[in-house]
Amino acid sequence: MAGMILSIITFLPAVAALILLVFLRDDDEAAANNARWVALIATVITFVASLLMLGDFDPQNTGFQLVHEAEWVMGLTYKLGVDGISILFVMLTTFMMPLVIYASWGVTTRVKEYMVAFLLLETLMLGVFMALDLVLFYLFFEAGLIPMFLIIGIWGGKNRIYASFKFFLYTLLGSVLMLIAMIAMYADAGTADIPTLMTHQFGSEDFSVLGIHVVGGMQTLLFLAFFASFAVKMPMWPVHTWLPDAHVQAPTAGSVVLAAILLKMGGYGFLRFSLPMFPVGSAVMADLVFWMSAIAIVYTSLVALVQEDMKKLIAYSSVAHMGYVTMGVFAANQQGIDGAIFQMLSHGFISGALFLCVGVIYDRMHTREIDAYGGLVNRMPAYALIFMFFTMANVGLPGTSGFVGEFLTLMGIFQVNTWVALFATSGVILSAAYALWLYRRVVMGDLIKESLKSITDMGTRERVIFAPLIIMTLLLGVYPALALDVIAPAVENLVSNYNAALLDAGLGQVADAANAH
Amino acid sequence: MIISDLNIILPEIILSVYAMLALVGAVYTAKDELATTLCWLTSILFAIVAFWISSDSASAQTAFNGMFIDDGFARFAKVVILLSAAAVLVMSVDYMRRRDLMKFEYPILIVLAVVGMMMMVSSGNLMSLYMGLELQSLSLYVVASLRRDSVKSTEAGMKYFVLGALSSGLLLYGASLVYGYTGSTDFATIIQAAGHGGSIGLMIGLVLVIAGLAFKVSAVPFHMWTPDVYEGSPTPVTAFFATAPKVAAMALFARVMHDAFGNAKADWQQVIVLISLLSMFLGAVAAIGQTNIKRLMAYSSIAHMGYALMGLAAGTAYGVEAMLMYMTFYAIMNIGTFAFIMTMEKGGQPVTDIQSLNLLAKTKPGKALAVMVLMVSLAGIPGTIGFFGKLYVLQAAYGAGLLWLAIAGVIASVIGAYYYLRIIYLMWFGSEQDEALDDYSTPMLTAFVSVSAIATVVGIVNFFGLKGAAIAAAAALVQ
Repeated sequence: MAGMILSIITFLPAVAALILLVFLRDDDEAAANNARWVALIATVITFVASLLMLGDFDPQNTGFQLVHEAEWVMGLTYKLGVDGISILFVMLTTFMMPLVIYASWGVTTRVKEYMVAFLLLETLMLGVFMALDLVLFYLFFEAGLIPMFLIIGIWGGKNRIYASFKFFLYTLLGSVLMLIAMIAMYADAGTADIPTLMTHQFGSEDFSVLGIHVVGGMQTLLFLAFFASFAVKMPMWPVHTWLPDAHVQAPTAGSVVLAAILLKMGGYGFLRFSLPMFPVGSAVMADLVFWMSAIAIVYTSLVALVQEDMKKLIAYSSVAHMGYVTMGVFAANQQGIDGAIFQMLSHGFISGALFLCVGVIYDRMHTREIDAYGGLVNRMPAYALIFMFFTMANVGLPGTSGFVGEFLTLMGIFQVNTWVALFATSGVILSAAYALWLYRRVVMGDLIKESLKSITDMGTRERVIFAPLIIMTLLLGVYPALALDVIAPAVENLVSNYNAALLDAGLGQVADAANAH
Repeated sequence: MIISDLNIILPEIILSVYAMLALVGAVYTAKDELATTLCWLTSILFAIVAFWISSDSASAQTAFNGMFIDDGFARFAKVVILLSAAAVLVMSVDYMRRRDLMKFEYPILIVLAVVGMMMMVSSGNLMSLYMGLELQSLSLYVVASLRRDSVKSTEAGMKYFVLGALSSGLLLYGASLVYGYTGSTDFATIIQAAGHGGSIGLMIGLVLVIAGLAFKVSAVPFHMWTPDVYEGSPTPVTAFFATAPKVAAMALFARVMHDAFGNAKADWQQVIVLISLLSMFLGAVAAIGQTNIKRLMAYSSIAHMGYALMGLAAGTAYGVEAMLMYMTFYAIMNIGTFAFIMTMEKGGQPVTDIQSLNLLAKTKPGKALAVMVLMVSLAGIPGTIGFFGKLYVLQAAYGAGLLWLAIAGVIASVIGAYYYLRIIYLMWFGSEQDEALDDYSTPMLTAFVSVSAIATVVGIVNFFGLKGAAIAAAAALVQ
């Protein structure tokens, strides 16, 4: 039983989805209610089970824990496990899902299918963070596209068909090269076991392909193949264009899952594959990533400034915040990676909450145009307060979790590349500009629009959804050690392995420079 | 000597004798009234023979001086052929009856085609190869034009026949060149002659043989007949075309390449790489514009043949294993998909326009879910056997140093994903339209759609335990 806990957590939502599919036949309001409750209970039980898992987890042990392993086909294994890097992503997922389900109480069309899609999505997302086999990882990573495709397509906005296809094909194209790289890794190392691959040394001798001299050899090519996938998923500038479309068209809950959890798969992938498996490739390509991140932070912040659609604005802000993550990851030092993971968790809560905030007024007015609002504070004081809190957290106000993540990643990158740090820091100011301006236009001022005169403040259900998010944002903001204590030992191990691998490969000066700080 | 030879081809003899008895019996008694019974009887016989062959664990043996080879490879292919033929026959009973197509010739022709396929995969000589191929093809030409009063159906049969005859001609010409330059039609002799560097005449013969075989598997550039024949034939016949003959032709392809030309791998590999590449891309791109689901499935099968050929192009035992598994998965997915297409009716008439699938999920969520799973699997998205089939052949291609072919393959699969997604999109969030599909299905069709959909997902647990058999089959072919 104890050894199975990860499998239980992963497949519990899928079992609930199956139960809904098989046993829920009717199409009336009672059936819809049953579907809602089954989904909510299943996600809550999953969360409780993941708390038990957290209780069994020993942060000081840097290896994989609670491993569940079984034979599979083609020399692959079905293997799940967690370490300090992945466990908090599992917690983030199980924490967000009940809120997402509860936030979807107002969905009235095809409720059963809706809940089934979200439950399946949860299983697949959890699988991504736990999988310890290359192909198993790829399976969860890609299969998640299908439920999200349906969520955007069925319950999305006006332009949902374009958005759903773009989302699917864009991310699929990014990922197939990773599949080829995985096949190459399997052929090279003779195993698809992730812990083994992390200690396997892939070739890093320079060679020439089609007349192009490849520094870092095979590692660089593998890195690039994985990078194609994770950069799209993340998303990094310039391959971020699917995200605003997907966000705008997705239903509120879909946006929340997308921003809070799905975007984290890219960052997690960098930490699980790129850094430990291709250290030389990562070191060779790090500068490119830094500058892409810096451009992402500045450019998408500027783009966010001119948006007229609230969801689009928050989507661009997400791209900017993910820029800090990639920067922190490839700074490859303790602060940078700690910060990157922390930033991802914190962004999960904050961006999720911001999309829920948009959802609250969208449910009432059925528009996301910023111009359609103004002066909401007069009718919706509670809403104004909550929106204010998360706007500030998004800006990175000290005392909220947003600050810790940004600060740590900036500190990490400053030790490696001061210029990038300089550009990236300007993003802090820009984020204040677009976030506060959005807040002013939507909430502040006089309530002059006729249509808004009768708008009502948040109900109990909506307040209940926001409460855990506020608590987590504050808690991690004032006591970041809560998360960092879990993360730090695993990251320390990762960083020292990374530096050792670089020394082995004769790239010692890079490692020395990193160690000097 | 003769007795032991006959013993080896006993399954084929039994099926042939059965076909003749059934023909005579039906002609002299109730004719078409017997057709339904014959369909069922034939499927049961197929299943029994399949079980019999699969339980045969004898080592590889040959009959009639190497004309006929009975090894693990042939047995694996035969079981897949027999079972998919049995499935299609059972599926088609209701459809054929309602359309007044239930002629007693139909099951008998299928039996003869299957005997031809079994000869093909067991052939050890260019003569027996041609014999099997023609027995199969001639039966299929007739079945394609089964609906005699339909212009499209007769057109399909005619086109199939003319182009099929052309390709048979190419194959024969190639075979005669091979014979001329090696002095034998026996695979075992050809492989030795081909090993000595191979003369230019032999190479031309080899290319012509490949052209003939590529026609049978409908690989680009010999694919032109496929969409028309798929569209024109009655749907159950299309379902049959899409499964058993493809498996047989692909197995024959592997048999000829490895058994007869195994020593000239470098020569045929580049040709197969090219037709594999072209098939994957043409199948993916050309299907995008299709509005008829049968034509769409035709292009889909062209693309799938491209992937299966990728396994063959690897030229290794692993490649053959990958190809066999790919074809097995392909047959499972196609049986389910065509069972669904048979349920597509409007006002009692069959429709094939994909627009008629609009919002199927609202009226028939269960069916739409099953079809979605099948489409996802055909597209090769993870979580289904379709993905593992692709992974298998990609691995084989990479292992054989065909990295760029593997990269091209995954890019083609993304392009191809678009049209499978379009069907999912239409079913789940298309636009409202006046006339929805009839609420028509039979328990048999429903069972086939759901079982194959479930199999595509559950199959990833252990590949139905087929892996060991596929490894043994590949080992039997590639020494």
